Amino acid sequence: MNNIPNRQAICDVLLEEAKTDRDIVVLCSDSRGSASMTPFSVAYPEQFVEVGIAEQSLVSISAGLARCGKKPYCASPACFLSTRSMEQGKVDAAYSNTNVKLIGVSGGISYGALGMTHHSAQDIATMSSIPNMRVYLPSDRHQTRKLIQALLKDEKPAYIRVGRNPVEDVYEEENTPFEMDKATWIKEGTDVAIIACGEMVKPAKDAACLLEKDGISASVLDMYCVKPMDEASVVKAAEKARLVVTAEEHTFIGGMGSRVAQIVSEHCPRKVICMALPDAPTIPGKSQEVFAYYGLSGEGIAKKVKENL
Amino acid sequence: MDNLTAKSFALRQDVLNMIYRAKTGHIGGDFSVLNIILTLYEKQMNTRPDNVSSPDRDRFILSKGHSVEALYAVLADQGFFPKSALETYSQFGSNYIGHPYNKINGIEMNSGSLGHGLSVGVGMALAGRMDKKDYRTYVVMGDGELAEGSVWEGAMAGGHYKLDNLCAVVDRNRLQISGCTEDVMSHENLAKRWESFGWNVIDVEKGWDIPSLNAAFEEAKQCKGKPSVIIAHTIKGYGVSFMENQAVWHHKVPTDEEYQLAMEELKAKEAAANE
Repeated sequence: MNNIPNRQAICDVLLEEAKTDRDIVVLCSDSRGSASMTPFSVAYPEQFVEVGIAEQSLVSISAGLARCGKKPYCASPACFLSTRSMEQGKVDAAYSNTNVKLIGVSGGISYGALGMTHHSAQDIATMSSIPNMRVYLPSDRHQTRKLIQALLKDEKPAYIRVGRNPVEDVYEEENTPFEMDKATWIKEGTDVAIIACGEMVKPAKDAACLLEKDGISASVLDMYCVKPMDEASVVKAAEKARLVVTAEEHTFIGGMGSRVAQIVSEHCPRKVICMALPDAPTIPGKSQEVFAYYGLSGEGIAKKVKENL
Repeated sequence: MDNLTAKSFALRQDVLNMIYRAKTGHIGGDFSVLNIILTLYEKQMNTRPDNVSSPDRDRFILSKGHSVEALYAVLADQGFFPKSALETYSQFGSNYIGHPYNKINGIEMNSGSLGHGLSVGVGMALAGRMDKKDYRTYVVMGDGELAEGSVWEGAMAGGHYKLDNLCAVVDRNRLQISGCTEDVMSHENLAKRWESFGWNVIDVEKGWDIPSLNAAFEEAKQCKGKPSVIIAHTIKGYGVSFMENQAVWHHKVPTDEEYQLAMEELKAKEAAANE
């Protein structure tokens, strides 16, 4: 079992790149520990900015740095970054088009029993609705590495959400397919298209294995690029299938599944089932307990597919 | 009187024309802040049309973005874009909209939502320090804007990092859209508030007086180890007697008669300043 959370994978990439790139700056809002950024703050204190518990100025300060040629990565719990400082993300990052990378850590329901204040089951909806804001939910540490390496090469704003806990590898370290803003095809099938992002990709992959044993052929798409969504892959997967199922750690309102449903209904109408969190505070518990409760597991996804095929 | 004072009344005519033509705008705040912006571009900042991308340029952020007409008038006068562009203000498809838009030459950041600029300025000042650059960052805020909590997040960070390359200005005209600032949300002991956040506070009693403003900016430059804030005690609607100190002129559009009266007064003041 992997014990490196995706947030640590981000820090590892930034540590490597900062050796030669003095413009990389990491900013935290008393969140260096929860964001796994302590090693960066120790190794590069002059490229680290602490703003205190102040997410609004976290994002605005990042935008000011970016406007002066810096490459700010501001890392803060996704729950606060995507709502409390949403306006700073909208105005200072997206509208002013500054090279600010917003790293939402401990996303979704990572904080489990801490309650709705600490959950970010709305962040895809809030951040995707902002023009010029890109939204990425990488599935495992290997894909997270590739994503951050790619983002370091561009100069546009983006929101990246990762969870708190280590997640099982979806890919092999030496063989992680990655193309920027293109979904990763994990499996191609003919009966059902399962489209997932973030921590739901592994359960989607597991579901496909379970379904295969029952003679059901599934495509599995890792839609880490929620915005801009890889529409061509959505259409291709849906066209081959009789049913589309999406899985995400987000409310069913305004999430990845909503966008998939829009694309499918416009280009190749199929039944679309969005597996997601409810429009309510989630039941308290550890991530895996909560996921299982809402059917967001390999077994749960496979069951839903069989019920609807 | 000096030429800049004359120019400030000429630029107010440009603002008046913009707003009268478009039938929209924030004329009261434009007139209270205009001399602050003019002093910065004429006397303080090295920012010119030929160095807008230079890493060494001084940075200017109009955090009270609704006073953009004053900024447009100054930028056009400085040659950042042709003065004819002002005629497109608020017209369909124009970039010259009612708040700063950084697709326009010379505008650093988009603003309009109050309370963002100071923290953005903190970021710019931090970048300057990291890169060992000498440029200065100026952020102009309104006094009503100070009710935004995010202003004080920025004030905290500016004080914490002792950013002496950062200078904030409060356009203290004591009026906002609903009336007197002190009735809407008071700013009692304003100087002490800033001091307690670790800022060097400079009061300018005549916040419309260009030599006084310039002296304050010079004083701010000399202050080391902390950021400076200039509290400029201004007059909303300054320059047009019937607009002065009237909250209604926050964003009232002049009638034909008011336009004529205002224009005559501004022309007379420009002429007097030139004598």
